[in-house]
Amino acid sequence: MIRWVLLILGGLLLGGIVHFATVIVLPRTATQDAYARLEPIVPVNTVTPLPEPGPNQAVMPLMDPAMATAVCRYDLSKGPLKLSAPVSPAYTSVSFYTRNDVAYYAINDRAAGRRVIELDLMTTAQREQLPEEEDVTAADRLIVESPTDTGLIAIRALAPEPGLMPKAQAAVAAARCRPSSQANAGR
Amino acid sequence: MRLLIGTLFTLLIAAAVGLGATYFALDRGAAFGALRIGSWTAFPKTGTLDADPYARASIARSGHLPVALGDGVSFVANSDDAGRPLDGRCEVVLSGVTPAARFWTLTLYSPDGELVSNGVRRHGFTSEEIVRRSDGSFIITAAPHAEAGNWLPTGGVDHYQLLLRFYDTAVGVATKAGREVPMPSINTEACQ
Repeated sequence: MIRWVLLILGGLLLGGIVHFATVIVLPRTATQDAYARLEPIVPVNTVTPLPEPGPNQAVMPLMDPAMATAVCRYDLSKGPLKLSAPVSPAYTSVSFYTRNDVAYYAINDRAAGRRVIELDLMTTAQREQLPEEEDVTAADRLIVESPTDTGLIAIRALAPEPGLMPKAQAAVAAARCRPSSQANAGR
Repeated sequence: MRLLIGTLFTLLIAAAVGLGATYFALDRGAAFGALRIGSWTAFPKTGTLDADPYARASIARSGHLPVALGDGVSFVANSDDAGRPLDGRCEVVLSGVTPAARFWTLTLYSPDGELVSNGVRRHGFTSEEIVRRSDGSFIITAAPHAEAGNWLPTGGVDHYQLLLRFYDTAVGVATKAGREVPMPSINTEACQ
């Protein structure tokens, strides 16, 4: 009898370990997370507008149908990225997600305080390599540090009523993300 | 032989308990730091880098992009104020006011997070669309058939969930349930 009780207790204890291990490992093995769903339809380092969500035809679950969304799937391994997003009349936000879809930064039109939200996205290592004077002269330059090399930027604009959806879609479609080196060469 | 049976028995319990607990925890979208107001629940920390392992696993499993905390906060309701699951065949009345935010949107989803098809292609409301009473409060009726006022069609599904998202709001990690965060009440009235 005592033997079985001990076996059950041992099983429960091991079960706890199994539980925590699966919870921690799951994000690394998920094949249907937001990044994996977007990977085949959005090219890297370009802004791609997502189709409006509809019944049983949304790219991801729980998309807000009142929001026009565009996504930039980024890869910083070859250098930092520049993002610019014009603000729409109602509400515009730019949210940054890691490779595992965890949000690490977000800014909206009011916080940005101008007509175009402009940001530099780089890894911590790339930021350390920035020449010091560049960091100082660009006091109003917004630098976002990504914890991972790859990830997602979601640009969203609200359509307060369905009739304003085309305007919101045009605003997010006008957003740009591109490697900083390219942006400088284009000047 | 006894040792083998004993070991197998222990491992079986471990697998059942461990995987079962993981399944149930993620199925319910459990995470720490829940902000519960009436039937509404939000996990403000899920929209930050401080998201706990349960929140991270839930995000990965469901495949959605959570609302980042600098963007807004998202409240979910699966049942009414009496604890009864939201039923698309019933008339469910939301009434009251919302906490301060620049905009909010209310959206009706199936339990899987899909939009529900309906004849008028309405899946929710924004704060700008709603018809309000003179004191600023509003009534939204979620029902399978057309209703006067703010009608949110349910498509007659068995179960649904409501998401109330606040954009550009002060509601966040430090918010405590109380007077500054009034949420609309949810009451099931007539059922078919």
